[in-house]
Amino acid sequence: MIEITDLVFCGVGGQGVLLASEVAAEVALSEGLDVKKSEVHGMAQRGGSVFSHVRWGEKIYSPVMFLGGARFLIAFEELEALRYAPYISRDAVILVNSVKVNPITVLSGQTVYPHAPLEILADRFEHVKEVKALDLARQAGSPKAVNSVMLGLLSCYLSFPEVLWMKVLEDKVPSKAKEINIKAFRLGRSCFS
Amino acid sequence: MRALLSGDEAVARGAWESGVLVATAYPGTPSTEILESLAALPGVYAEWSSNEKVAMEVGIGSSMAGVRTLVAMKHVGLNVAADSFMTLSYTGVGSGLVVVSADDPALFSSQNEQDNRHYARMAKVPMLEPSDSQECKDLMKEAYVISEAFDTPVLFRITTRIAHSKGVVELGDREDVPSRGMLLDPSKWVMLPNYARDRHPLVEQRMSRMMVYSNDFAGNRLEMDDASLGFIAAGVSYQYVKEAFPQASVLKIAMTYPLPLAKIQEFASVVKELFVVEELDPFMEEQIKAAGVEVKGKEVFPAVGELSPDIVRQGVDKEYKPSVVAFPDIPQRPPTLCPGCPHRGVFVVLKRLKATVFGDIGCYTLGALPPLSSLHSCVCMGAGIGMVHGVEKAGDLGRRVAVIGDSTFFHSGITGLANIVYNGGASTVIILDNGTTAMTGKQGHPGTGITLQGRGNKIDLESLVRGLGVDRVSVVDPYNLESLEEVLTKEMEVSYPSVVITRRPCTLITPGSLGSYIVEEDLCVGCGNCVKVGCIALSLLEDEGEKRARVDENLCYGCGVCAQVCPVSAIKKA
Repeated sequence: MIEITDLVFCGVGGQGVLLASEVAAEVALSEGLDVKKSEVHGMAQRGGSVFSHVRWGEKIYSPVMFLGGARFLIAFEELEALRYAPYISRDAVILVNSVKVNPITVLSGQTVYPHAPLEILADRFEHVKEVKALDLARQAGSPKAVNSVMLGLLSCYLSFPEVLWMKVLEDKVPSKAKEINIKAFRLGRSCFS
Repeated sequence: MRALLSGDEAVARGAWESGVLVATAYPGTPSTEILESLAALPGVYAEWSSNEKVAMEVGIGSSMAGVRTLVAMKHVGLNVAADSFMTLSYTGVGSGLVVVSADDPALFSSQNEQDNRHYARMAKVPMLEPSDSQECKDLMKEAYVISEAFDTPVLFRITTRIAHSKGVVELGDREDVPSRGMLLDPSKWVMLPNYARDRHPLVEQRMSRMMVYSNDFAGNRLEMDDASLGFIAAGVSYQYVKEAFPQASVLKIAMTYPLPLAKIQEFASVVKELFVVEELDPFMEEQIKAAGVEVKGKEVFPAVGELSPDIVRQGVDKEYKPSVVAFPDIPQRPPTLCPGCPHRGVFVVLKRLKATVFGDIGCYTLGALPPLSSLHSCVCMGAGIGMVHGVEKAGDLGRRVAVIGDSTFFHSGITGLANIVYNGGASTVIILDNGTTAMTGKQGHPGTGITLQGRGNKIDLESLVRGLGVDRVSVVDPYNLESLEEVLTKEMEVSYPSVVITRRPCTLITPGSLGSYIVEEDLCVGCGNCVKVGCIALSLLEDEGEKRARVDENLCYGCGVCAQVCPVSAIKKA
């Protein structure tokens, strides 16, 4: 019996969260696993908080996972990492793009952005890994390639072959962005320690 | 071949494999992707109809002409189409006709969370509910068989969690289903009272036969295991039950109307404790209880919002508490109008003019949220135009205006405007013309001439409005606040109906930037006027004890709205 793996991808509308979760799900599917993935479209995507649940294993029933059960949190933004923490287990691996995007509620002065979200996370979880994904994406050629950096790092924690990740990634990104995304993926992998 | 498909994509695939030749819809979350993916498959005519009622009627026509047809909409869309749908139950179909209703429990992107299963009961038509993507495809094929065998439309009900979850689907080939041709039969297709009276008993007989069919239907499946705990569930709730109680016995329902009551009674007699798990209303529960079966439902499971594996487990086991690390007081991140959104300037000016604004459904509904806070009603598509007229007739003397998007105006604004003209109203209607159906993802509409599969004809908005008898029609650039204020002030004053078209393409269809603005820090007085336009490219943050505005050049689209509200001209083109 293959153990079920639950992953939560989260971030802000427009950061490529859904594409990243799509790639991870397709990789698991190519390896012959049962996969389900759940996300929200529509109004929430207009600069709002975006998340995607990805689950794989021998047989997956619910597209929505139990609270406190996910093994991975892949956060494209620091505040969003805090928001989706209830879904992950205490020994989960948390990969956070060290970027702060102020929500409109902060920009307009209604509330304040939490001081040092990464420290708050590290207080409660053991495996918090900070990634400067935006810098690395720029280095690869485009700030839009943040999702490929995050996937590169995630791939180091999973047993799927690297070539498979790159093949799926190439299939999913626009053809003119392939090279940049592969480069970003490799830079993501280089962050693993 | 296996593929990872969303429920929407799998519905489309099932319709395609069933030989569907015509498909219609009006875009609406979470149903939009059904037609988008069906339109991309070969051999299907697929269209965005101007609204759901029209989509339904186009679908009835094509079914009458003898080809298999799909009609798709979000839950509230079926309200718009209900007039045609209810009588379609009486006429029955020509070739198979399946109507997809995509409900939205938890209101991810809707104005209510109505439970459209009631429509199946009200219209007396069979209803199927898939519980994952594979079933979306498989049950769609069953739906066409049922539709033709019983001469009935089939209601195919999905929810957001089915529509937007992806799962593995085994793909099949397309069945070639040629047109049956049109059979003209007035007693079937002309619902005059005389003919309709004769159709009603046929509808009742059809329901009786469907009840028998439902008990034998393979999709209503018994999964016997531990007999001490039994569940009746359909749709995504079935998956939550299997996740929460893998050892329990489950009667999985795929045909949720009419229910397989004999099968349910039999199941109830062999399990010790029985729960019915369903999102929203106690639709199955009430019918099961009326059949004399003892079952627990809404007394332990919520009737609002979505369910989840945790909620299902909690409903049965009160002691269960998931182990969770949560951080309270995290700032909300609500959706906002995009940087450069042409709607922003309109709301900035309407707020300045202290106008009461009657709106409806679209990205512009976000104008209601702080800091813009200048949209005061949203009921359903088109509602603002009727409402502003009602407010006028109630004697309200304040400044007031209706706002409606261009796509929404074609959907359900035209009749409201005709009503204002006809009844001698003096209201002002702003048509926010951004050249697309933005919220659902840039679909075309009659005002764009862009159709789902190519190009059609473009309807000229100004001519249409003038044709309805509105003499005062102005077109304004919503990036120009001064002229916007001048025109709106005047049009709200005059005692004639007027239409102001604010025209600028949505930034999603014209990506890139017009050139960023910057804040000259020496000039900024930190008044905060600019951040009140509600743009995520602007911030007002404390720096060494002083508040200073800043523009994020990576996000700024260059609309210049913030620069126009700055009292000291500190915001300038970079």
